[in-house]
Amino acid sequence: MIRFLASRVGFGAGVLLVLSAFVFFLFFVAPGDPARMIAGDKATESQLQQIRKNLGVDRPIIVQYGAFMQKALSGDLGFSYRNQQPVAPIILRRIPVTLSLVLGGALLWLSIGVPIGIMSARHVGSLRDRLGQAFILVGLSFPTFVLGMMSLYLLYFMPRQAGFTLFPAGGYKALTSDPLVWAWHLVLPWTTLALTMAAIYARLTRGQMLDVMGEDYIRTARAKGLSERRVVWKHGLRAALTPLVTQLGADIALLLGGVIVIEQVYGLQGVGALAVQAVANQDRPIIIGVVLLGGLFIVIANIVVDLLYVLLDPRVR
Amino acid sequence: MSESSPEADVVQRGSFALTVRRLRRDTASMAALCVILAVILLAIIAPWVAGVTGHSPIEQFRETGLSPAGIPVGPGAEFWLGTDQLGRDVLVRLAYGARVSLLVGVFASMLASLIAVVVGTTAGYFGGTVDLVLSRLTDLVMSVPFLLCALALVSAFGPSLMLSVIVIVFFSWAPMARVIRGQVISLRRQDFVLASRSLGAGPLSIMVVDILPNLAVPIIVYTTMQIPNSIVFEATLSFLGMGIVPPTPSWGGMLADASSNSLYLVAWWLIFVPGTALLMTTLAFNILGDGLRDALDPKSARTVRRLKRRPKAGAKP
Repeated sequence: MIRFLASRVGFGAGVLLVLSAFVFFLFFVAPGDPARMIAGDKATESQLQQIRKNLGVDRPIIVQYGAFMQKALSGDLGFSYRNQQPVAPIILRRIPVTLSLVLGGALLWLSIGVPIGIMSARHVGSLRDRLGQAFILVGLSFPTFVLGMMSLYLLYFMPRQAGFTLFPAGGYKALTSDPLVWAWHLVLPWTTLALTMAAIYARLTRGQMLDVMGEDYIRTARAKGLSERRVVWKHGLRAALTPLVTQLGADIALLLGGVIVIEQVYGLQGVGALAVQAVANQDRPIIIGVVLLGGLFIVIANIVVDLLYVLLDPRVR
Repeated sequence: MSESSPEADVVQRGSFALTVRRLRRDTASMAALCVILAVILLAIIAPWVAGVTGHSPIEQFRETGLSPAGIPVGPGAEFWLGTDQLGRDVLVRLAYGARVSLLVGVFASMLASLIAVVVGTTAGYFGGTVDLVLSRLTDLVMSVPFLLCALALVSAFGPSLMLSVIVIVFFSWAPMARVIRGQVISLRRQDFVLASRSLGAGPLSIMVVDILPNLAVPIIVYTTMQIPNSIVFEATLSFLGMGIVPPTPSWGGMLADASSNSLYLVAWWLIFVPGTALLMTTLAFNILGDGLRDALDPKSARTVRRLKRRPKAGAKP
């Protein structure tokens, strides 16, 4: 068990190392001069030299990378080219928005996707199954930003033209100030995220349940006289949980690195929006920081999922 | 037909003919195929559309295409699907955008499949250290925040069509490589591989001549299913301003134009026209992928069910 965990942590560290080297060297070989980005077009050559010296970009790339990693391990990700503020707090400030969006969305997509998958699997071939399958296909095919823009048009703009406000256009209100306002502002982003993600979970649940419901122990459970509801939700779903947890861990981690498209559509100032702005501004330290944070979330989620396996499925132990 | 002798009814059909027959019976797949053919046709006749309407895809009709207040003109006799914020013809841009979507979608998917087949077959066939290294590489690519990395790449080198394809391919091959590897591992233990080896065939010959034909079904199905993913990936990059460079029309770029300044709130056709095109195309490829999987693999759940149901339906009074 300890050896298994150690190997997972080792692989995670490897991922982060490769990822950090990738973005770091990427910007080194890329065209563009950071000093020029900071100082602007009017700067003289001596000013540029001075800025390069301050940034340390006049040193060999390996030395730069070593220095960067040393600081990064203690949580110091350098300074933004744009406003010279430290990168780590800039990113941390954005996390509550992204976290609200992802966790609320996850709750919603699970409560839509899993029941649809179960319904589909219990009535294979029926009309209900076909409806479930149609939901899955449409959900998998709908590009997130198209769904977001269409729902903004239909649920924000059209009611407003008719004279009443159904949902706000977007923006983020802090949870601490008023939970109701917070939730109200997030209903559309949550739904958009959940509808596209729920399809994945419905398909996964359906496939798993189809496999499981033919097993002997399900027949045993039925023979014991358990109600169908209990058989499905307790005995059937339990076996389907492991792949669901894997998927959930991976998805939450990936999205915490920035729900880039949805934040963009709904004007939420989360981590993803920060990444897009940093790319537009060529603010490389922020881009490196966000990519590393995204990688860190994925690595942590992978390890947590591996641990959950052991709890959920006694066969792994 | 029923009067003829029993022998005349028996026709020998190859597996290709059988597949086509199964596919043709599936109305959903046929409808999807029609949509795909329509989009391909639209892409081919794009110059003709431009000729008939008399509007080039990048020409700005500031006199006729914009209202005096600078608002885009809705669908009408002059502009069949309306104009965008610069007074350009949406229909013509849609047709040219179909070229980008299809080209990038199909080309990137085939390239990703090629890499997946090479990596998966090599890892599965040789096993041992080769497998370990390639599998770790696959894991690594899969545990990377791909959209963030794509943003970093684009911000380093600037957006272009070529870079979009490279990014899509790089982050798409891994899941399929895993599937191929699993298939190859079970295939290489089969008797026909042993027979081939005992006849003196080398590894390359065995992989290409003996194993590859057996991978045709997963390769065809996965490539088809990858096409909508690539199309959405490209559209997402363009939507974020990191894909196809304007003024070249692309569906994602058209949606990005509509989204900036929330222009689509006064001009619904700017989202519903390219949005519907995008949705229909991805939906069609996904449905066709499902249909192909069922048609190519008669053992799959849906076909078995259909076979089971048939005698029951006939027995009904």
